[in-house]
Amino acid sequence: MTQSGSPISAADVAKVAHLARLDIDDAQVEHFTEQLAKVMVHFGDIDALDLSGVEPMTQPYPLVNVMREDVEQPTLDTDEVLASAPAAEERRFRVPPIVGTEG
Amino acid sequence: MATIPTTASQIAAAVASGSITAREVLEAHLARIDERESEIHAFNLVTADVARAQADAIDADIAAGRPVGPLAGVPIALKDNMCTHGIETTCSSKILEGWKPPYDATVVTRLRAAGAVMVGKTNLDEFAMGSSTENSAFGATRNPLDTSRVPGGSSGGSAAAVAAGFSPVSLGSDTGGSIRQPAALCGVVGVKPTYGRVSRYGLVAYASSLDQIGPFATTVADAALMTEVISGHDVMDSTSIPQPAPSLVDAASQGVAGMRIGRVVDLPGGAEPEVSARLDAAFEALAAAGATIVDITLPSLGYALTAYYLIAPAEASSNLARFDGVRYGLRVNAADTNAMYGATRAAGFGDEVKRRIMLGTYALSAGYYDAYYGKALKVRRLIAQDFDKAYESVDTILMPTSPLVAFKFGEKADDPMSMYLCDIYTIPTNLAGHPAMSVPFGTGAHGLPVGIQVLAPALGEAAMFRVGGALELAAGGAQ
Repeated sequence: MTQSGSPISAADVAKVAHLARLDIDDAQVEHFTEQLAKVMVHFGDIDALDLSGVEPMTQPYPLVNVMREDVEQPTLDTDEVLASAPAAEERRFRVPPIVGTEG
Repeated sequence: MATIPTTASQIAAAVASGSITAREVLEAHLARIDERESEIHAFNLVTADVARAQADAIDADIAAGRPVGPLAGVPIALKDNMCTHGIETTCSSKILEGWKPPYDATVVTRLRAAGAVMVGKTNLDEFAMGSSTENSAFGATRNPLDTSRVPGGSSGGSAAAVAAGFSPVSLGSDTGGSIRQPAALCGVVGVKPTYGRVSRYGLVAYASSLDQIGPFATTVADAALMTEVISGHDVMDSTSIPQPAPSLVDAASQGVAGMRIGRVVDLPGGAEPEVSARLDAAFEALAAAGATIVDITLPSLGYALTAYYLIAPAEASSNLARFDGVRYGLRVNAADTNAMYGATRAAGFGDEVKRRIMLGTYALSAGYYDAYYGKALKVRRLIAQDFDKAYESVDTILMPTSPLVAFKFGEKADDPMSMYLCDIYTIPTNLAGHPAMSVPFGTGAHGLPVGIQVLAPALGEAAMFRVGGALELAAGGAQ
């Protein structure tokens, strides 16, 4: 929580946008902060609950690891998959340089 | 030309018997699409050529005396977040515009094997995030019953397609109500099966622990038939329940004599008075049909909205990380890969998707995880426990599907919280992983349809369809 009492600040939103790789400008940061703050004020309702001793529930029922026999199976057609890529070269996805202006 | 039957089961029977051809059925539906689609915009893509080839193949099978499936010649529309091999699948997002999947979703394979004919890919709120279909990057869908109003969402295109008669049945996906709410607003039947009942392989993921594919139909029996066809274990989905598809069509006409139906005495408020009145009428109708109405409490239900809008965005922020301009879809070029990610995602995603990604990223980020995501998972447990306790004394539970009838365009479009409140009655079952369906049950404000929701415990689809069928009968519908 921020000092101002709002559950989320513009700085929080700018940071989260960066973490999520969403380039948004300052005006959008303002707009989203206002909207997200309204939503997060509502989220305060669960603070009233006593959740001590309650097990978190991540799935509707417990998941088990699914294994199959280690035999060859058909896979997707490489050329077809690469045909959908924005850029491909030598049967690989091509991307801009990894090391660039930002860390 | 012979008269075209209106329901999927009638069409399949007529086609299988040779009294009508799949091609005749298809052309009649394509003609309706031609007539009204420009006004409704149910579809991102109408696949007329694919459909004609599929229909002709069914007719050839019948002419040759080969066996056909339970949906022989039935036109079907698919929400555009289900992968169709070689056919554009966009999730109504600019980031996937033009993408042709290299494989079919399991439900698509099953429908084809059952003889269904795919008429098109339907519009949705981008990546299934929304309750009005206004968040589509390709324009909103209009409610066929009143085109000044939304069809609901996120599966608004699939609901509108059935309501407009473009296809007798369709498929949607339901993460927090995205089948049931548009079904209610468009006056059709919509079903969210038990989590794991229907394979999610090839469904573009929004929130993986909540997403479930299900049908829209004009009758409860058709919805049951569709649920039968698409259900069953699939090795391609590790969350698929290893059980065979249940037999459900007969349940729709079995009646509710002796059943115990739960009335939630501490139901969160917010429903329009006309909606509450229809719920009361539904209880009266079921009691008259021989069911016992039992008062129950679900004390944590009011907290479901918060739990959902933390858990679903958290899962979405992770699932949507794959849209990065590398393997498919849009790329906005930049000097380095990191800058390319940021520019691509900013240009490719709409505002609601960005909001949920940011919300989810925030809820999962260091320092906030325990306060938000961790807490939401515990609330999810409380809600599931509430249901478990309630189902000790009842077979199904009844509540409204949507607090409101179909609303006007723009009413909630830039006010996320008021839009999220549309899901207040549908979200709890997604959190618990249970089945639920919406059945049209009369009208509310402005003469618009009201949907009544039938909830059942995990794998309790047969009980759910019994109640659904009884409501349909009481409302003067099919059987």
